[in-house]
Amino acid sequence: MRQTVAGVIFGALVAAGMAGAVQAQEETVTLGITQIVEHPALDASRQGVLDELKERGYVEGKNLEVTFENAQGNTAIAAQIARKFAGEPPTVLLAISTPSAQSAAAAMSKTVPIVFTAVTDPLLAKLVADLDAPGANITGVVDAPPLEAQLQLIRDMFPEAEKLGVIYNPGEANSVSQAQALEALAPELGFNLIEVTASRTSEVMGAARSLAGRADAIYVPVDNTVVSALESVVRVGYDADIPVFTGDNSSVARGALASLGFSYYDMGRQTGEMVARIIEGENPGDIPVGTVDKLELILNSSAAEAIGYAIPAEFQERAVEIVD
Amino acid sequence: MSLIAFLGALELGLIFGFVALGVYLSFRVLDFPDLTVDGSFPLGAAVAAVWIVGGGSPWLGTGLAMIAGAMAGMVTAWMAVKLKILNLLASILSMIALYSINLRIMGRPNIALLSEPTIFVPLESLPVSRYVAFPAAIAVGLLLVTFLLNRFLNSETGLAMRATGETPRMASGNGINTSVMVLVGMALSNALVALGGALFAQSQGSADVTMGVGTIVVGLAAVIGGQSLIPGRSILVATLACLFGSILYRLMVAVALNADFIGLKAQDLNLVTALLVGLALVLPKLRLRRRPA
Repeated sequence: MRQTVAGVIFGALVAAGMAGAVQAQEETVTLGITQIVEHPALDASRQGVLDELKERGYVEGKNLEVTFENAQGNTAIAAQIARKFAGEPPTVLLAISTPSAQSAAAAMSKTVPIVFTAVTDPLLAKLVADLDAPGANITGVVDAPPLEAQLQLIRDMFPEAEKLGVIYNPGEANSVSQAQALEALAPELGFNLIEVTASRTSEVMGAARSLAGRADAIYVPVDNTVVSALESVVRVGYDADIPVFTGDNSSVARGALASLGFSYYDMGRQTGEMVARIIEGENPGDIPVGTVDKLELILNSSAAEAIGYAIPAEFQERAVEIVD
Repeated sequence: MSLIAFLGALELGLIFGFVALGVYLSFRVLDFPDLTVDGSFPLGAAVAAVWIVGGGSPWLGTGLAMIAGAMAGMVTAWMAVKLKILNLLASILSMIALYSINLRIMGRPNIALLSEPTIFVPLESLPVSRYVAFPAAIAVGLLLVTFLLNRFLNSETGLAMRATGETPRMASGNGINTSVMVLVGMALSNALVALGGALFAQSQGSADVTMGVGTIVVGLAAVIGGQSLIPGRSILVATLACLFGSILYRLMVAVALNADFIGLKAQDLNLVTALLVGLALVLPKLRLRRRPA
């Protein structure tokens, strides 16, 4: 008896779920969104996609139907969300974050277009085989920091600088790959790279001190450990008159001299443009994986003062924000 | 819920069926609340993924994942029985240590298995859709493991293990080495959980260091939920009930994912799932109270 009762209840729930699914309309475009967790940066990128689509005439509730699912940080639920979308394929599936994109790629048939965003390395994540020609049904925008543009900024602001110090945690995968990329880029821009490492926040101060007198500028990549202890790097920079540049824009308010980075909202806008192109008939396999091209320069005037540097007017004009 | 979403829920429910069997063994048979599973699930995924990406056989990788899981379970059991650390605390220590160990094994937080030769690849060339073939294959494996587990728990060693969990003092009074029983049982339990993790990574296309979060919750929901819906004293009924509970849990999540039509939003998912599972637990009891059997 018990089982029958449970069966009936369960049957009713399934039926209710199915009734909810039967809403597909013919003229509207459907956008499925799978996101691993709600987080300010990821939410901003999602909002960017929706705003961009709106600007291009796809208005949510009018001719655009958005189904947003978030896995609450759980990869098993991300897998189930991917299956839900596999069963009711949207016009385009937007996957925010690496795990969400991977489970979408594993579950979806190869005909539904998937656009990823906030993925750092789509090659390592095996989402695409070639960044310029993804080939299959997947493309997207990466959130890797724009290292070349950042090194170029240091070169432009300090044409005389030769030795560039970098501090990172060798235990963080993202930092190691940034350091490797920097090793390749530095000579092209005329820098001699000096790498120092810190495995924990308490070691950052010592690592930064070791650069005093050895480096003409310090670059801090997007590294959780070093950014957590950024103040100790800033202190060393002020004491030794070394400019400190960071990979993320938010560190400038904490005392770094400058950063040339991107906002997750703008990354979303760029992703939204890709989604619109696919809705309009382009094949995702023909759209190269994008990097964020809208970069924002942020400067810190008191940091400049502390190292006795007068920020040239051209940079002050370029900057979207100058922190005191 | 579409058919593919239903089959997806079934597939995940079956994969987490291995976790449910593992949790049944520790929580019900040995009476050992074991949080190690939050670490041994991604441990299984990590070992299998590293092995497969390194060019090894996926079958061997899955086997090695089970061995790694067994070792993790033994460490927890050893801390509990030899070092006399409270069993819950011992398992918490293993769980947090495994986070670092998993990162070390993988070398990075995420290893992609998309387009790698997993044990599921041969199924892709079958004439049936992978949405059907995967759960069918996993069901066969799961039933085989359930059968073997039943054979074991009804063997002499298995009976000794059950006695250890039931009344440890009487068991040792009857000449059973209860420490060995806890070690073996915990090893077996975490080997099953790691097997679930290895299969999950291979079916979902990646191993991720965060994928263990909440494994114990899902496992307990399956064991307690399944057993309250299908009560029964025999081991066979109990293990099958755990599998049923695991599948039911995933179906509830699938229903919750479709709950947007009543105004619920994505962030309500966990709440809806909890309510549905709670409802499934309580309703049969309400029914019984009204008309006592």
